[in-house]
Amino acid sequence: MKNSLNRIIPNDMKAYKGMNQIFKQKNRKLVAETLTKNEKKQVDSLRILFDLIPITDGMTLSFHHHLRNGDGIINMVLNEIKTRNLKNMTLAPSAIFPINEPMVDLIKNKNITQIFTNYMNGPVAQAIGDGYLEKPVIMDTHGGRARAIESGELIIDVAFIGVPCADINGNGNGLEGKSACGTLGYAIADMKYAKHKVVITDYITTNIKPIEIESKYIDYIIKVDAIGESEGIVSGTTKPTKDPVQLKIAKDTIKLIEQLGYIEQEMSFQTGAGGTSLAVAQMLKDRMIENKIKGSFASGGITAYLVDMHEYGLFKRLYDVQCFDHEAIASLRRNANHYSMSASKYANPYEKSPVVNDLDIVILGATEIDSDFNVNVTTDSNGLIIGGSGGHSDTAFGAKLTIITTNLIKSRTSIVKDHVTTITTPGETVDCLVTERGIAINPKRTDLIKKLANSKLNIVTIDQLLTIAHDLIGIPKKIELNQKIIGLIRYRDGSIVDSIYQLRGDQK
Amino acid sequence: MRRSLLFIPANSPAMLQNADVFAADAVIFDLEDAVALSEKDAALDLLDQFLNKFKLNSIEKIVRINQLDSPFSLLDLKLIADERIDTIMLPKATSGNTLSLAKKLDRIEKQKHMTKTIKILPIIESAKSVIEVSMIASSQRVNGLLLGGEDLATDLEVERTEAGHEIFLSRAMLILASKANKIDAIDTPYTDIKNEDGLKKDTKFSKGLGMNARVCIHPNQIDAINEIFSPNKNEIEHAKKIINAYQDSLKTGKGAFSVDGKMIDKPIIERAQKVIEKAEQWNLL
Repeated sequence: MKNSLNRIIPNDMKAYKGMNQIFKQKNRKLVAETLTKNEKKQVDSLRILFDLIPITDGMTLSFHHHLRNGDGIINMVLNEIKTRNLKNMTLAPSAIFPINEPMVDLIKNKNITQIFTNYMNGPVAQAIGDGYLEKPVIMDTHGGRARAIESGELIIDVAFIGVPCADINGNGNGLEGKSACGTLGYAIADMKYAKHKVVITDYITTNIKPIEIESKYIDYIIKVDAIGESEGIVSGTTKPTKDPVQLKIAKDTIKLIEQLGYIEQEMSFQTGAGGTSLAVAQMLKDRMIENKIKGSFASGGITAYLVDMHEYGLFKRLYDVQCFDHEAIASLRRNANHYSMSASKYANPYEKSPVVNDLDIVILGATEIDSDFNVNVTTDSNGLIIGGSGGHSDTAFGAKLTIITTNLIKSRTSIVKDHVTTITTPGETVDCLVTERGIAINPKRTDLIKKLANSKLNIVTIDQLLTIAHDLIGIPKKIELNQKIIGLIRYRDGSIVDSIYQLRGDQK
Repeated sequence: MRRSLLFIPANSPAMLQNADVFAADAVIFDLEDAVALSEKDAALDLLDQFLNKFKLNSIEKIVRINQLDSPFSLLDLKLIADERIDTIMLPKATSGNTLSLAKKLDRIEKQKHMTKTIKILPIIESAKSVIEVSMIASSQRVNGLLLGGEDLATDLEVERTEAGHEIFLSRAMLILASKANKIDAIDTPYTDIKNEDGLKKDTKFSKGLGMNARVCIHPNQIDAINEIFSPNKNEIEHAKKIINAYQDSLKTGKGAFSVDGKMIDKPIIERAQKVIEKAEQWNLL
């Protein structure tokens, strides 16, 4: 069947129906939290733990991704699954990185047959694209994953929670120890609602402050030599771009925000850790200082640049679901108004007041964007999975001003398309697109268009941008996708916005 | 009128593709120093294809050809000098080769039945060209002079310094020759592309001497250069006041008048008119 975005999805799935139809569920659906009854929690090894629980064929195991591409925990668990040759396992990691390559063999051998995640790239994404995973991978948003877990839609048998610093009762946080990664916000729903909760740590101490992982939920603690590799824990890009095209985009983005009147007292702001995003943050800092603006909060994945703005007094509070660099981790330790937040508090659509709903401005990227402003950050133009929503759809929905920044042309390919290969974020939640060759405003935002009527900025329509791109590089040949569905993009309310298709043989 | 002129190596497809993305008033497609000997023909072909395909609208299109006494310059002119471009940048200019280029362009324009006149932007980058700068500037096709500080320093056997004392006299002579002929005085590039503060300081100094514009060797230099060579808000507002007061004085027949307590005379009115002209051209009003 087709959903309201005209995308084909399996008949047995809940179809995305558009902004007017979603979130009509009035009461938040919550399963009961699972508190531990265990008094003796320390277990010597994963091998013993697998026997103790016991972990058997067909179970669902979850993980968080704060250790990113330095994570050692998923691979430890995969090794145990492999040793025991467990079958039909479901994994629910909040993200999958290249370091998780050992998962590929387990997928091919049917040890793992289903995956729920919010983001993935690397060999696992390639294997799924090649059609090896038995059931379609479900790609959630950060807020959507928390909703799915708390509502019982995603039932987790065992949650493995990597905790850089824990006590023997299972209290913990991510602030200390050799694998310190900062906040553990994505693990909170798993901690509360999984049937069994296991803390895996490489640093046991006493007097944990603040307590983010609470012992009342934790059933088992395993001490290992290392839960991760520190160099992989920090995010790849942590410096503003020096690329002149991206700098132009960043400058125009700031001018746009300014002209739309969003640089004002008590403003709130979120951006990512990419080079253009960081350049926007850096320029925003200058504008805020120049205009004596004091913002209320910045949120999301926190970087050194947002910490700097907070410590400069430009944002009173930081709400942090993921520390992107060491400076953010250090800030979480030293700054009283730098708060950890759970994925639910961040972006769960049924949370009473999720942080995303209080956002004024969010700056997001795009792999592709189409003339309806639908954005793809999940696949490339061939359909290979190279990312995922993470908080993209959540923040686009919540923020008053959602701006996509991207080069119009990258590697002689237009980022603006007639139709994106895969819809990650519906265009109805996207307001502006800033490229090096012009700024397009979603026609639905007539208020913004009116404000920019006399602007000296290069305001164009998104169709004009598409024409410019076609004039410059020609009209690309349509890429025919395979018909077999290997993944589904699940919106934050649980409905399906699009399908992901198996890569064609010649794309392997 | 120019403020910023961006150099783009003619053998770089990615940079050519973004030629009109930035806010430079002119782009200089470089067939000379940026292109290795082995790539001269490929660069020329690429630039030819690029100019056929891409419309750069209102941006001035300048081509820096190879030295006029090199075997490449004739090929450059034969293929590129036509309606698609506005200006030829002449390296190692002297009064002799400026005249020679002007004659070549006369012939080319006639042969190609061109409707436009291609201008010449000579680079003053040797002691001889500094000495001859007044004659070079007076050639009819010349609409600006560019100081080539690096080559000039080599010719003068001096090191280039941040303070720029070694090129002070040359800068001054180029400015005088430009102003005397009512053409643009364009300053040498600031080569430390990572030093934005240095670029701003040196460009402000350059503007203070009388330069109108500066070439950029990196797109990230454009905004600072444009800002410095543009009239600022206060200057525009003050110029508007002067023009308004001047128009009132014409209506009322008052000879002398003042603005903000200061007497206004003809040179001040002319300066105000120039400010408004620049503000109009660069969309600053």
